Amino acid sequence: MARKLLLEHINVPGINTLDVYRQKGGYRAVEKALKTLTPDEVVEEVKKSGLRGRGGAGFPTGMKWSFLAKPEGVARYLVCNADESEPGTFKDRYLMTHIPHALIEGMIVSSYALGAKTSYIYVRGEMMPQIRILERAIAEAKAAGFLGKNILGSGYDLELYVQPGGGAYICGEETALLESLEGKRGNPRIKPPFPAIAGLYGCPTVVNNVESIAAVVPIINDGGDEYMKIGIGRSTGTKLISASGNLVRPGVYEIELGLPVEEFIYSDEYCGGIANGKRLKATVAGGSSVPVLPANLTLKLANGEPRLMSYESLSEGGFATGTMLGSGGFIAFDEDQCIVRNTWNFSRFYHHESCGQCSPCREGTGWMEKVLHRLEHGHGKMSDIDLLVDVSKKIEGNTICPLGDAAAWPVASAIRHFRDEFEWHVKEPVKSLQGNYGIADYAVPIAKAEVKQEN
Amino acid sequence: MLKVEEQQPVEFSSALIAKCDEISNRYPEGKQKSALLPILHEVQAELGWLSSNAMDKVAAYLKIEPIEVYEVASFYSMYFLQPKGKYVLEVCRTGPCCLVGAEKLMEHMEKSLGVKEGEVTADGLFSWRGVECLAACGYGPVLQIGPEYTFYENLDNQKVDTLIEELRKK
Repeated sequence: MARKLLLEHINVPGINTLDVYRQKGGYRAVEKALKTLTPDEVVEEVKKSGLRGRGGAGFPTGMKWSFLAKPEGVARYLVCNADESEPGTFKDRYLMTHIPHALIEGMIVSSYALGAKTSYIYVRGEMMPQIRILERAIAEAKAAGFLGKNILGSGYDLELYVQPGGGAYICGEETALLESLEGKRGNPRIKPPFPAIAGLYGCPTVVNNVESIAAVVPIINDGGDEYMKIGIGRSTGTKLISASGNLVRPGVYEIELGLPVEEFIYSDEYCGGIANGKRLKATVAGGSSVPVLPANLTLKLANGEPRLMSYESLSEGGFATGTMLGSGGFIAFDEDQCIVRNTWNFSRFYHHESCGQCSPCREGTGWMEKVLHRLEHGHGKMSDIDLLVDVSKKIEGNTICPLGDAAAWPVASAIRHFRDEFEWHVKEPVKSLQGNYGIADYAVPIAKAEVKQEN
Repeated sequence: MLKVEEQQPVEFSSALIAKCDEISNRYPEGKQKSALLPILHEVQAELGWLSSNAMDKVAAYLKIEPIEVYEVASFYSMYFLQPKGKYVLEVCRTGPCCLVGAEKLMEHMEKSLGVKEGEVTADGLFSWRGVECLAACGYGPVLQIGPEYTFYENLDNQKVDTLIEELRKK
């Protein structure tokens, strides 16, 4: 059984309440940090742990914290990014729904480390039930003396608020999130200056994902050195993976980084294989913005070794044969799924969610969506395929924020690995109009039994 | 798109104003514009949609220009700038939900409700629309209904029909 740090008590009845959460060891990290550690020592533990940002970018959290400017007399802020809306990713929603105090405890410890007196959890507006859950939990924590003035007699004050978003994927980008928190449209800011220098209200600010902040709790409880022992190489600790698509058991799983992808898909402890006895055709490993991989490259590296769930192993080979761990949004496509149709769907998403500030993204995402739509609906030309590659190249790297890259990579990678299927749509327009699902030859048949034998 | 039309004057209830005051206190002095998104949610929950009169009132309350409210309200997908049905059924239409049947579910809803996406039923009760990823990809197809954004997971045609019937009886 894999070690669990965040979801260990997920099935305990009432774990969403302060009492049960404390019975299971909750708020020990707050007591330990505020009573026995200086803020710098907390930062040091997080640095030692090797924790990398769990929102997608994978930047070392402790290092990000140490960049925070600390001018005298200026407020500092911690903002939690709970604007989860990357297709394929639903782990933060799960964590907030079931163990809200894990996030709140992490917020208190992290705010203490950064010297923030006011912190905000920016939750996507659609998650109104989760907003209510967090508000209730914050009230409980405040009544118990974990928030407010002079917390646990330490002299440290902290106010924590939940801020609802308005329904915009772009607000998951940290500078767009700050703009939105200031009551504006979610247009990303040009960096530098980075939020660590000029963030919320122009003050030094750290923006961290829900899962990163929750992970600070076990790091403080057990020490950064202990956390670092879990995982593999520079991918330390555990990671929440949201699994969706054509799987026997989709859902949120906590894995130790370094788990073989094959075991994650096929073992009974995790996803239990591909639904309806089908074969695996392709995956998206880290949310819709990362490159799609065909089944064979999902399971094995180019040199034949097993691919692992880790930052390094998933990106092995660059974008030619690899992808990214991203936010941990794992989507599996079975042999009946049409790659062109799914690429079109993702393209529509990015077109809809582009903030419109940069021309390459605003115009390019719409262009890609249109071309993919006509390919999928039997009106495509062979030249459309290269046109898509060309447009994606012109978006990538040419925008203020990474949404442009996120829109370009799925299209470019789908054509890189599944070009035959795009050509099939041009050659067989009638079949594609009839809802035929492209080419199944990419699928890799792996029986559950074989995996068990290997183990 | 903002639609300019003749609108009824609006009044905010005292409960709504108290809520706006509570929200405004979450931010440092002078940064009350931060309250804009949460306040728009509260106003929409009370009035059903955001008319320009309602938005002007929000601008006056926060002491900002009306255009600052319009540009925010028109940017985010959750704010309705035109009247809508009492219940707006929002179905996730993004990749993972489509892998497990969201598109077919939307076709079914169009038939069940007898209106196209974005339209309101004759009795004023229902609208429906496809929305982008709702972060519940493992439990699709899913839909949500405001203003509390009640969530329904693992849907099929029959479950949606039952839900519509229950809402009709309310």
